[in-house]
Amino acid sequence: MKKSLLVTCILVGLVTIIQSCSKLEPASPKDENLLDGPVEGLSYEESRRFLSGDVAFNDEIFTPEKGLGPVFVATSCGSCHAGDGKGHPFTTLTRFGQIDETGNKFLNQGGPQLQNRAIPGYMPEQIPLGATFSKFTPPANTGLGLLELVSDADILAMADPDDNDNDGISGVPNYGNLPQYIIPFANAIQKDGKYIHRFGKKAAAYSLLHQTVNAYNQDIGITSSYDPVDVYTHLTIDPEISTQTVNDVVFYLQTLKAPIQRQQNDSEVKNGRVIFDRINCSGCHKPTLKTGISTTKALSNKTFHPYTDLLLHDMGAGLDDAYTEGTAKTFEWRTPPLWGLGLSPNSQGGQYHLLHDGRAKSIEEAITLHGGEAANARNEYIQLSAADKNALIKFLKSL
Amino acid sequence: MKKVITTLTIILIGYYIAEAQIDPKLLKRSTLDTAKQSLNMDAVYERPFITVGKLPVSLGGYMEANWQHSGTDGVSEGHQFQFRRMTLFVASTISKRIKFLSEIEFEPAEKEIAIEFAALDLELHPLLNLRGGMIMNPIGAFNQNHDGPKWEFTDRPIAMTQMLPATWSNAGFGIYGKHYNTNWMFGYEIYASSGFDNSIIANKENKTFLPAAKENTERFEEMASGQPLLTGKIAVRHNKIGEIGLSYMGGIYNKWLDDGIVIDDKRRLNIFAIDFNTTLPNLNTFITAEWAWINIDVPTTYSQQFGNKQQGGYADIVQPILKREILGWQNATINLACRFEYVDWNVGKFKETDENIGDELWSIMPGISFRPRPQTVLRANYRIQSQKDLLGNPPTKTAAIQFGVSTYF
Repeated sequence: MKKSLLVTCILVGLVTIIQSCSKLEPASPKDENLLDGPVEGLSYEESRRFLSGDVAFNDEIFTPEKGLGPVFVATSCGSCHAGDGKGHPFTTLTRFGQIDETGNKFLNQGGPQLQNRAIPGYMPEQIPLGATFSKFTPPANTGLGLLELVSDADILAMADPDDNDNDGISGVPNYGNLPQYIIPFANAIQKDGKYIHRFGKKAAAYSLLHQTVNAYNQDIGITSSYDPVDVYTHLTIDPEISTQTVNDVVFYLQTLKAPIQRQQNDSEVKNGRVIFDRINCSGCHKPTLKTGISTTKALSNKTFHPYTDLLLHDMGAGLDDAYTEGTAKTFEWRTPPLWGLGLSPNSQGGQYHLLHDGRAKSIEEAITLHGGEAANARNEYIQLSAADKNALIKFLKSL
Repeated sequence: MKKVITTLTIILIGYYIAEAQIDPKLLKRSTLDTAKQSLNMDAVYERPFITVGKLPVSLGGYMEANWQHSGTDGVSEGHQFQFRRMTLFVASTISKRIKFLSEIEFEPAEKEIAIEFAALDLELHPLLNLRGGMIMNPIGAFNQNHDGPKWEFTDRPIAMTQMLPATWSNAGFGIYGKHYNTNWMFGYEIYASSGFDNSIIANKENKTFLPAAKENTERFEEMASGQPLLTGKIAVRHNKIGEIGLSYMGGIYNKWLDDGIVIDDKRRLNIFAIDFNTTLPNLNTFITAEWAWINIDVPTTYSQQFGNKQQGGYADIVQPILKREILGWQNATINLACRFEYVDWNVGKFKETDENIGDELWSIMPGISFRPRPQTVLRANYRIQSQKDLLGNPPTKTAAIQFGVSTYF
């Protein structure tokens, strides 16, 4: 009888544990606290493509045997974009050799990007004597597919090169040449054979395919069928990654969800949003954009809130590194999207590394380092009361 | 590989034929109590074996199988059934002072059939024995004493499997010896063997990862560095206090010379480990712990993704709470146990920020085990784990419920 009771107790205990095991595991963070994850509404087939890209982006590690380098910046995509968020100074990359729109004069000396690391037995690149340079902290990946689908016409509508509205803010697109493997988007607007580029600190990348191929090649030293020129030998070599994998990563980037704003109903956050408009931060950081038509239904005709205009702006002498890309001036920077800003410390080692090179260690420092076209907004911020400053910062952290 | 499978098949068929033809009473099973006190270095022979009649060959082995349900930050893979491994031992007493032991491990998940140990032991004197063949490098204690049925946990210690390579064996030669004196035991081992290669700093784990070298089976024929890996250990045991072991493993790990041409600097790796185990009197609480430090010469022009210093270890506390007849098993034991683990795969600071590099993990794993007999264990664990990435971002939290069986046979 005792034995039967014992066996029964053991069986009941086991069944109870098995039934409740998921309750003993850590709960999932709220979706609004995560930057990674797909947009809503993907089909099963699209979800599978997203997962394939996710694995290639976050899990595929490149070794010398898999084509890493021999000179490189990082060993995987995920190394620079932890959790699909902003990067850390450890993976900040350096570009050098171009001072104006006439192009990079140091392409034959390793430009435009410094591969500052090398596999054992090799030496990394050095910045050539006389070359100016700038450091770029990796951006967040979230919502990029939505930004890619903003029409050129909408971008141009936000531009005001001659400051006709006299608000002190101009804004110009970065026109650039397309690599051979890029097919222009439908309804793309060209000027003198050049197209509006929108990704990157200087808006020097046309599309996510352009950005991805460049990153594989320049950051990891991986050639593809799109760009088969080895960054070390400058010779064409066999692709070191499949075209399918590159395409999967591009699809992954296109279908990463947009960050979700938190504390939207908090009164201080609402007040901060009002101040954001009042001091004209929104002159460049446009709160709302919309997509056009996409073959990915979940991305078509969406209104979203990235807080960018995808245009270049004069940011003043303090942020002029004497280096540029495309037709941008050395003091011009593309307006970075502010969405996901509050979650940046989760991917930057627990603290902020803001502005193009991570020099600002807080949102407030980033604001006060704004100059040029943003000088008026910065000055107005400085004159705000402490309560209003706090409200604005809280709003920005809620993004 | 085919040869190994063929040999095993012949051994197994021979064994079963012998079993069928011989009076079962002739099968002699050693009733080894695996909890009995001995040095960790004795572990390869301190196993239960079956001998058949007067055949000079003894057979043994163990298996491990688990069920687990784990989740990380709300993402769960659901129920997982795992057959971790089955290991066969074949020992042969060639003469009174010459022995041969082999250990062959099957790991279906890794699609791996590996000879972990296959060495000849030649006794010249109790303090001087020659061992040669496929030897198990005696770094730390777990590498020597890793049989599943000996442990109260379904998982092996993380630091001893993902920082140090577990069951790390190489072709090599060396000497060992022991000395006994009433309550005291002293032992030493020194080996020269094949060793590591560049994969320890260039691998799919994206970190300095010594176990990556296990995938290079060429090391059994040709060493990357051309220079021997030296491993040495000394251990002292007092029957009433416990055992302490100090071990070292080191050498040049990279391929620096190819076809007579120098292609890289010589890069060195040094590992130090300390291990300790004891049984508290009266309470019979068994405590075992191990800690290791690794220093690796990583080129400064390479990436700090690959650390040049690592450290980590674990401590297990096992408390028998019931030892009596349970469900018909005489002297069955129920134990409560808890494991504490920590690993830092990248000790140091970022050059760019002078802040600590992350890439670290800690884990606590309470558990309960039931041993119907000393060689068989049923165990249930609950793992709580926190892991930081390289940049030191907020840690991922993992929890897992595990149930497993492991037995010698």
